[in-house]
Amino acid sequence: MKRDLKAKRKGITREDISYYAVMAPFLIFFFVFNILPVLASMVLSFFDYDMVSKPIFTGLENYSRMFSSDSVFLTVLGNTLRFSIVAGPISFLLAFLLAWMINEFSRTVRVILTFIFYAPALVGNAYFIWQVFFSGDSYGYLNNFLISFGFITEPINWFQNTSYNMTIIIIVQLWMSMGVSFLANIAGLQNVSTELYEAAAIDGVRTRWHELWYVTLPSMKSILLFSSVMQIQAVFSVSAVITTLAGYPSVNNSVDVLVSYISDIGTARYEMGYASALSIFLFFMVLAFRFGIGALLNLVGKSDR
Amino acid sequence: MAKFKKAVPQYRRYTRSKAGNVMYFAILFLAGAFTILPLIYCIITSFKPLDELLIFPPRFFVQRPTLNNYLALPSLLSKIKIPISRYFFNSLFVAIAGTVLHIIVASLAAFGFSKSKVKGRTALFWVVQIMLLYNSITLAIPRYFIYTKLHMIDTYWVYILPAIPSATGCFLMKQYMDVSVPDVLMEAAKIDGASVRKIYASVIMPILKPAWMTMLLLSFQEMWTIIPQGTIFSEQLKTLPQVMSSISAGGIARSGSAMAVTVLLMIPPIIVFLFSQSNVMETMSTSGIKE
Repeated sequence: MKRDLKAKRKGITREDISYYAVMAPFLIFFFVFNILPVLASMVLSFFDYDMVSKPIFTGLENYSRMFSSDSVFLTVLGNTLRFSIVAGPISFLLAFLLAWMINEFSRTVRVILTFIFYAPALVGNAYFIWQVFFSGDSYGYLNNFLISFGFITEPINWFQNTSYNMTIIIIVQLWMSMGVSFLANIAGLQNVSTELYEAAAIDGVRTRWHELWYVTLPSMKSILLFSSVMQIQAVFSVSAVITTLAGYPSVNNSVDVLVSYISDIGTARYEMGYASALSIFLFFMVLAFRFGIGALLNLVGKSDR
Repeated sequence: MAKFKKAVPQYRRYTRSKAGNVMYFAILFLAGAFTILPLIYCIITSFKPLDELLIFPPRFFVQRPTLNNYLALPSLLSKIKIPISRYFFNSLFVAIAGTVLHIIVASLAAFGFSKSKVKGRTALFWVVQIMLLYNSITLAIPRYFIYTKLHMIDTYWVYILPAIPSATGCFLMKQYMDVSVPDVLMEAAKIDGASVRKIYASVIMPILKPAWMTMLLLSFQEMWTIIPQGTIFSEQLKTLPQVMSSISAGGIARSGSAMAVTVLLMIPPIIVFLFSQSNVMETMSTSGIKE
């Protein structure tokens, strides 16, 4: 006891040291592969660097280049925002809605339905199946269907057609977006205490919608925040789906998104300084979305009177 | 007694109107068909013989199922001189190595985040929470510098090492510990004179199985499907998803084989999910972010 007190005065106890020791491996790896990369990119974003010759300091030039002389970037940024602002909220709402709908089934049915909705996200790489469905020739299922029913006479090249390809990419992304956030929602809904529902019924909550708004959603707030974080992560890192289905670069860059563009600038053209600046831009854009949505979720369950 | 019952109405779930019921099941059915039919179609197609793959108009079901698409896989890839079993081995190897290391390292850290009083843990965990927003794809270019500095390009390390400090696993484990390992338990063990290591091994570890299974599912699933961009060039270090694209690029005649590879790719994550799902649900109920 005496020794403990003495140690406390020094600030760090023996216990603390053992805790630091068990956390050290993670913290080291976390620093090397998550923090250091971001810091290094921040620094390099002020340089012109091609991985071979010495970096040349160029100040804010990389950042001004994005908005003043890189029209592809502006297109790609527009695509990214269009894609995320549609696919993000829909996948977030669907992950909750479907979880809420299957919540009232018995355990076995719930597990089966969970598997059915979660399957595309679980198997991960199966999105190329949609290539067959949306194939541009008349072998494609959708073309075949539309031709045989007389809606169209010529097959539509879905992924090359700029009026359809974004919508199709969004549909495919939604198909595989019932991931971690969906599971979290199901688990969270199972854990909303029945006493809360009972109390609400006594307090005069009479419809399912009132119950949803005044009881379920407020008790799900923290899960919903986690769920939104997971959907943000998913929606801003969509790249392989798009490059596989629509190619890179897609027609007129119509569906290219930031992560694919950054990877092209960096690993294909070796403009590492510029790629870093783009990465940092993406980093802060995602962060802004995260806190914007956090603020929005705080409004959930607030009375509108 | 009867009077009392009236005053405090028995709680019951609200019933839906008939139209509401129809809507409810219609939505569930359509959403379910939308998610699962493409996968079922993929499995069915992987058993189609060539003439059925080329048939016009295309059919959903297979008439004369065959294993040819699977049997053709080894010879299909022989042009690149690497047997398909090597890709399969690579996939399994990196997924298992990365997952095991991640579970050990990240759950130990979560223990510190959840139960210790060390300085800086709140700030550090906040950073972990922020990193939940980013994954290996968003961080690809920033990490590229580290890979080159550490000479990790074109080695197995590129797959394995960055997976170890995955924020999601550490976060979920910490949240789970907060709820399911009561501080009283820790205090009791401390009074008995147990060291941190002993507490972890004998008191904490047995409780953590659900969270471990969750880390296993999420980490394995991510590692199994990941395609690292611009960091792996040697054919003998590539994983199955990376050969996938070269097979599916072969057009409709190859689509049977492409479906066969996809089916092979589906099996391991599905097995892991079926084994872990009840544990995953238990863990996920504690996953909320409190602000």
